[in-house]
Amino acid sequence: MIDIAQLKTIDQVQTLLASCHYVCDRSLATTIFLALKLQRPLFLEGEAGVGKTEIAKVLALLLSRPLIRLQCYEGLDVNTAVYEWNYTQQMLQIRLLEAAGDVQIETARRELFSPQFLLKRPLLQALESVDGLAPVLLIDELDRADEEFEAFLLEVLSDFQITVPELGTIKATTPPIAIITSNRTREIHDALKRRCLYHWIDYPSFEKEYGIVLIKAPEAPEKLARQVVTFVQELRREDLYKLPGVAETLDWITALVALDQETLTEEIVNDTLGALLKYRDDIQQVQRSSMRPILERVQVMV
Amino acid sequence: MDQTTEQGNLLRNCVLFGRLLRALGVEITPTQILDLVESLKYIEIGNRQDFKNSARTVLISRQEHLALFDEAFDLFWQARAANELTDLDLGKLLRKRRKPQTQQVVYRAQQPQDADSEQDPEPKIERIYTYSNQELLRQKDFAQLDAHELSAVKRMMLKTVWNLEPRRTRRTVRAARGRQIDLRHTMRQNLRHGGEFLRLARRERKFKRRPIVVICDISGSMERYSRVLLQFIYVVTSRLDRVESFVFGTRLTRITRQLRTRNIDQALRDASATIVDWAGGTRIGESIRTFNYEWARRVLNQGAVVLIISDGWDRGDVDLLAREMDRLHRSCHQLIWLNPLLGDADYQPLVRGIQAAMPYIDDFLPVHNLASLEQLAALLAAQS
Repeated sequence: MIDIAQLKTIDQVQTLLASCHYVCDRSLATTIFLALKLQRPLFLEGEAGVGKTEIAKVLALLLSRPLIRLQCYEGLDVNTAVYEWNYTQQMLQIRLLEAAGDVQIETARRELFSPQFLLKRPLLQALESVDGLAPVLLIDELDRADEEFEAFLLEVLSDFQITVPELGTIKATTPPIAIITSNRTREIHDALKRRCLYHWIDYPSFEKEYGIVLIKAPEAPEKLARQVVTFVQELRREDLYKLPGVAETLDWITALVALDQETLTEEIVNDTLGALLKYRDDIQQVQRSSMRPILERVQVMV
Repeated sequence: MDQTTEQGNLLRNCVLFGRLLRALGVEITPTQILDLVESLKYIEIGNRQDFKNSARTVLISRQEHLALFDEAFDLFWQARAANELTDLDLGKLLRKRRKPQTQQVVYRAQQPQDADSEQDPEPKIERIYTYSNQELLRQKDFAQLDAHELSAVKRMMLKTVWNLEPRRTRRTVRAARGRQIDLRHTMRQNLRHGGEFLRLARRERKFKRRPIVVICDISGSMERYSRVLLQFIYVVTSRLDRVESFVFGTRLTRITRQLRTRNIDQALRDASATIVDWAGGTRIGESIRTFNYEWARRVLNQGAVVLIISDGWDRGDVDLLAREMDRLHRSCHQLIWLNPLLGDADYQPLVRGIQAAMPYIDDFLPVHNLASLEQLAALLAAQS
């Protein structure tokens, strides 16, 4: 287990992440290092499938902390994100009180709205430390939630405290390691982003992506891996509606390995293009015009 | 140099760098500067790349500012190396990066300085518009307005009420009547009846106005209308939240931020300065495509209404236009095409651009005078 206080250099962070099969460049390592040191939330933006969510998982693993994940969606509210009262239990309790004799309103109220009947949802859970270790809190795809939730989150992230009217304010003893991701389907408010350390994750370079493929798909033949990465890198220069991310590259190579392919051919690319591109227009465009020239270039380069 | 002065210098440099970024239009709070100083404790300051990465992650929170940051950082570093920091002249640094904006200057020169000098030989007496005058003005084509009428129309435009009918969201609010039961509230209310559930509290889905996206053609053929329409876009953008505005001639420019300014003249000036292709050719297809690829996923959430303002004269690829209109139509709630030429009773939508786009448009409306704008407001209020 690694103690944050023991982390001294950016190199250390980079090596540790690599030991958990996460390849990252120095600027991202710097951001993560500072987020841990300054106890600031980490705000990761980038196209889908470049490994934003993965960072939270790897950090939780590295630091041996529980990972608490909050997947955002439109309409996400306090009841699902923070806490809810356990109504069934409360109703049952009322019946039990009745059976035991007369119900005193004030005592009943105190009893029914005690921590015993509180269902903790991710954000509230994240304020609790286990053995003095705060958890890793992943708030995934914040851009899917609506503005109201964002405003609420602003409050939570600045003080790491939550108020339950019936109980009072609950404050984190140590703030959780918060990681927020966004696919930028809408702009997140500046006020929220300013409270975080911001990092934009771009599509990886050839070397980086090749490294990722070697680590994540070790069963793939080396030549195929080089061809696949070159192909995807070339594809990202095309004018497509949705470019393939690293996740798609990994899907594709896994598919090719499952089909026992040693090398890329036009036929097999045609059949498996759906693992890379998810829009019909894009697939048609690539099949019609750019696939052959890219394949030729791949054959020359690898 | 002893340690305290060194630290003092560092702090000063961080503040100076913050000022430089602010001058470039990146908003930076004092807390962020303090964070930067704090983060320097943990990294080796001698390592320029690490310092740069740290400064970027602390100070920048938008992807579009990243390039600006790199530029500013390099400028700053050069100035530091040349020992110019003590008398760092922000203006000088900024001038270094400014690119010539010839097209904009050309546009300004084309604009009559005082619009009434050529069109209105009458003496400059502020006219007072009576009701019937106003009625006439409402019906008058934007292209035929003289300068006085133009400013009167602008004032009247501010009065149009944009009361758009909202969309039902996934969020709920407490309501007297509603489909869902508010268990939390029910529990609390009924405690006073000794826990007997006599009344059920309810919740109802919340309503919220749909986002609006305006995409306006400002090419040569639209010239007579573009100034008034820009005004119209300003009114909508500044009055309502969740409005995004774009203009295009040969390429697409986003002007939402410029139009958010309170002062109308300032806003229009800023917006005009941003636009580089005033009164040039039109490439509707390419512009809509840029919108689809770069902006649609970011601004067309939650059932947006898209308004395209154009006369449909297109010098670009018509097939491309049809394809991109199809995509746009699939990704928004309602697609409305506003055409100033439609005000003419004899107008037939024969232009290639319009014909290609027609199948994908939900509504095709005129936008040549105030009355037509009011009609648009009414349509948006009734339909969405």
